[in-house]
Amino acid sequence: MELFANLAHGFAVALSPINLLMCLIGALVGTLVGVLPGIGTIATVAMLLPITFGLPPVGALIMLAGIYYGAQYGGSTTSILVNIPGEATSVVTALDGHQMARQGRAGPALAIAAIGSFFAGCVATVLIAVLGAPLTKLALAFGPAEYFSLMVLGLIFAVVLAKGSVLKAIAMIVFGLLLSMVGSDIETGASRMAFNIPELADGLGFATVAMGVFGFAEIIRNLDAGAGMSRDLVQQKITGLMPTRKDLMDSAPAIVRGTILGSILGILPGGGAVIASFAAYTLEKKIAKDPSRFGRGAIEGVASPESANNAAAQTSFIPLLTLGIPPNAVMALMVGAMTIHGIVPGPQVMVKQPDLVWGMIASMWIGNLMLIIINLPLVGIWVRLLRVPYRLMFPSIVIFCAIGIYSVNNAPVDVVLAGAFGLVGYWLIKHDFEPAPLLLGMVLGPLMEENLRRALLISRGDWSVFLSRPLSAVLLAIAAGLLVLAVLPTLRAKRDEVFVESEG
Amino acid sequence: MMSVRSLAGACLSAFAALGAFAVPASAQNYPTRTITMIVPFAAGGPTDVISRIVTAHMAQTLGQSIVIENVVGAGGTTATTRAARAANDGYTLVTGHMGTHAASVPLYPKLAYHPEKDFEPVALLAGTPILILARKDFPPKDLKEFVAYVRANADKVNAAHAGIGSVSHASCELLNSILDVKPVGVPFNGTGPAMNALVAGQVDYMCDQIVNAVPQINAGTIKAYAVATAERNPSLPNVPTTAEAGLPAFQAQAWNAIFAPKGTSPAIIATLNAAAIKALDDENVRKRLLELGSVIPAPTHRTPEALATLVKSEIAKWTPVLKPAS
Repeated sequence: MELFANLAHGFAVALSPINLLMCLIGALVGTLVGVLPGIGTIATVAMLLPITFGLPPVGALIMLAGIYYGAQYGGSTTSILVNIPGEATSVVTALDGHQMARQGRAGPALAIAAIGSFFAGCVATVLIAVLGAPLTKLALAFGPAEYFSLMVLGLIFAVVLAKGSVLKAIAMIVFGLLLSMVGSDIETGASRMAFNIPELADGLGFATVAMGVFGFAEIIRNLDAGAGMSRDLVQQKITGLMPTRKDLMDSAPAIVRGTILGSILGILPGGGAVIASFAAYTLEKKIAKDPSRFGRGAIEGVASPESANNAAAQTSFIPLLTLGIPPNAVMALMVGAMTIHGIVPGPQVMVKQPDLVWGMIASMWIGNLMLIIINLPLVGIWVRLLRVPYRLMFPSIVIFCAIGIYSVNNAPVDVVLAGAFGLVGYWLIKHDFEPAPLLLGMVLGPLMEENLRRALLISRGDWSVFLSRPLSAVLLAIAAGLLVLAVLPTLRAKRDEVFVESEG
Repeated sequence: MMSVRSLAGACLSAFAALGAFAVPASAQNYPTRTITMIVPFAAGGPTDVISRIVTAHMAQTLGQSIVIENVVGAGGTTATTRAARAANDGYTLVTGHMGTHAASVPLYPKLAYHPEKDFEPVALLAGTPILILARKDFPPKDLKEFVAYVRANADKVNAAHAGIGSVSHASCELLNSILDVKPVGVPFNGTGPAMNALVAGQVDYMCDQIVNAVPQINAGTIKAYAVATAERNPSLPNVPTTAEAGLPAFQAQAWNAIFAPKGTSPAIIATLNAAAIKALDDENVRKRLLELGSVIPAPTHRTPEALATLVKSEIAKWTPVLKPAS
């Protein structure tokens, strides 16, 4: 069969010593990037891109791809250990993952995140090889109207899942949407809420806000009188490093479901991976026998979104490999890497560059294997980090966050802004507002606004397009259904249990 | 959204800035240390790739390394502002392009620099032809039919572009003003998503730089009506020029050129210009630029004076087209 011949060819390419080395470097750098709070994948790939210009193209791309999916493995680490999500895709991992760490179960949480990522990575790699071409149609079927409806669904997730006051949850989402509107208007280029600060002309960065409301706010709260004591207690009661048999049994179906959701949503250009992790968490919560465990250290709440974001990271290569169109910022940088080597990716890249495409696909599987071998033994080291006295740990977290935020734009203003958002975040925590819906609103806001405007531009202002296009209508129907569930008073008790921040 | 620049580059440039205090710049033995080339777009984009290919060769000629620093934001004007304010000692240069050094004038009323008043032109590096593209099942078969169709259905057609201030936006506005039509412009975040929408048939047509479009045209996922340059492009020999296809008024080309901050000494400009010309005559550099679909400037277009003329004429060309849009 042609597929096996292609895969065999791919493995022959990927297993050459130089490409194995590139894959290993990519996996290591990716893990490091994921683990360091604030240092994002886009910034790293952009920094390393010029270095790869001297390398052979296949090796260079194998390395860059390794960094990208390697960061998804490492990204869960800071979410679980210190409640700081480094990437939008690991925001939900912090919810239950950090609770597990507080209960002394950081080891199993980290291990299950790695195992889930490995499984998802393997499945998604096979999916790319077998179904890459037909799945491309999904990426093309999603026009502006469909995206808008998907984003509406994404925001409804946040409302349905918010704990406590619905009003506060909605307030946070709206606040997130407002923050996302800072910057230039996409249609006219007019400056919005930028207050003539040039650094705000392109909007607020995700890293700036996330490091502020999660990272800095968390640190301020930990330094609060009293909180330090409970943290010291956490450090004393670390139990096993590896998941128990029960943990594995609980997680297995969640990993499978997360992988499926992530694989499908990852193909969509744009916010696919973020939606995937939130959707996976929502699904687990909805079908759980005892939803009250979620937000209090449920292992499925770590396993499912971590599998979903890794599956999505892998399948997001599909539009790049089959259409030659980069679906997100990291992929756009990879296109740049190809261009500089004289390969302009396009629909025929699979036929014209079999070494590159199949070598990369094969390397993804090898990379995933390397990552689990790297990450499982590291679990012990990360958990030991929790024993470091907080007075030593928090300055390093602050410094890494500050470096990370600065490195995105090399703009000092961003670090100052993150500090300001830290104070805002502290105030929010103290008043029982949750930062997770805020971040979701901020990430989905621009996608929602831009696609709404594109859809209406194309339809000449006719709102019925959102219902007349079948995919869009289905998504809106699901969103409406979820919303009805949310307002039904009988379900209010359930909703109260989700999206619990680390208060516990 | 993607706002990144090389940290390594930042460290090196900080180091270079420190060096500026230690060693006074002298035009006689220029260059004595690393030169920073600010690229106002992300690593891997067309401007970045062209800059890297040319500066790699220039560094050999000059005997000093040239560090590329990618500073993105606000259509490249953030980086260009920084370059305009840099020391005019020849150690900070910028790769400007059609957007930063011409279209920005009408697009950004509060622009913190003026392309002519705040910069010394050094050398034109390359031109990138613009194509008129359409979704594969768009009814018109050639450019003449396209013109007639768009004029007849001006209220129905949609034109995609890669965002306000992008090359695809500016060139589409030029085309629309020549055709005297006002189709609905659908903005996307960059060329990638815009191309995705064209391939998927969600929008009708767009104008874009050749490099992104060639593989799609060859695969038949989109179609090209014409190339807006005087001559056909070797990478698309079957696509006629706008003049051949009956729309000679539409001439547009994205271009990249090196600029230095105002007041940089003429001797340094001459040294840099000579190094750039030498790079453009190098066989390997030419080959790689041609692979990108670029047009290498003729010898008469490579002088600083020729670049000054180009900037002046480009500002004059784009200002009336883009003024009403902003």
